[in-house]
Amino acid sequence: MENFVYLFAAYSLIWIVLFGYVLSIFWRQRGLERELERLRDKSGQG
Amino acid sequence: MMVAALYLALLWAPTEAEQGNVQRIFYFHVPLAWVSFLAFFVVFVGSLIYLWRRSRWWDALAHASAEIGVVFTTLVLVTGSIWARPIWGVWWTWDPRLTTTTIMWLIYLAYLLVRSYATESSQGARFAAVLGIVGFIDVPLVALAIVWWRTLHPGPIIPQGGVDPSMLFVLFFSLATFTLFYVLLMMGRVRLRLAQDRLEELKYQRMQGD
Repeated sequence: MENFVYLFAAYSLIWIVLFGYVLSIFWRQRGLERELERLRDKSGQG
Repeated sequence: MMVAALYLALLWAPTEAEQGNVQRIFYFHVPLAWVSFLAFFVVFVGSLIYLWRRSRWWDALAHASAEIGVVFTTLVLVTGSIWARPIWGVWWTWDPRLTTTTIMWLIYLAYLLVRSYATESSQGARFAAVLGIVGFIDVPLVALAIVWWRTLHPGPIIPQGGVDPSMLFVLFFSLATFTLFYVLLMMGRVRLRLAQDRLEELKYQRMQGD
């Protein structure tokens, strides 16, 4: 039972890191889409 | 599939007689390592084709795969270290498998740094492609370290046999799950990289127009 801490730590870490990475891809994609839209709007105005 | 893999690894697979529950780290640690090898192989192929054809798509593929490979290798090193503490009694030792894996992690970290610090993106892509090809030499060394050198790390389990079939089933299910997860991550990351390129192009066109 003592080793359960290590098992819990390893699996928690895997999930936190992978979830964080997926989220980072999503945020970067959203940020880029916003910037692309802003640039297209500016091009339309100019 | 990921939830099923978690269920199989944590609840369904039998408890290993010697190590106890901590051995269950194996069901995610090995697939993470497998995906790292696959990711760096894709970097190698993508880099070769990029240098040959100068196609931006292949460069994006290699770049995306290197980033995913570094994330997965980080997890391999950390979960391996967590597993080592109760079994070997230490968090870290300069064992051949651990050392070659750390070198591999550093090579691909350098690959990502070369890209981000290059003044011109095409120059960064060229330098990174060379590193992606040369750096791949370390990948077979990592894989074969447990065969060539005396090491604390367990040897290849499948050729040795004697593994409970239900444990092997969980391992293969987890391998398939992580391979599919890698493919999905690649799709998202390549799309992101191509969008970044498009944005750079638009900015450049605007600068030319001003």
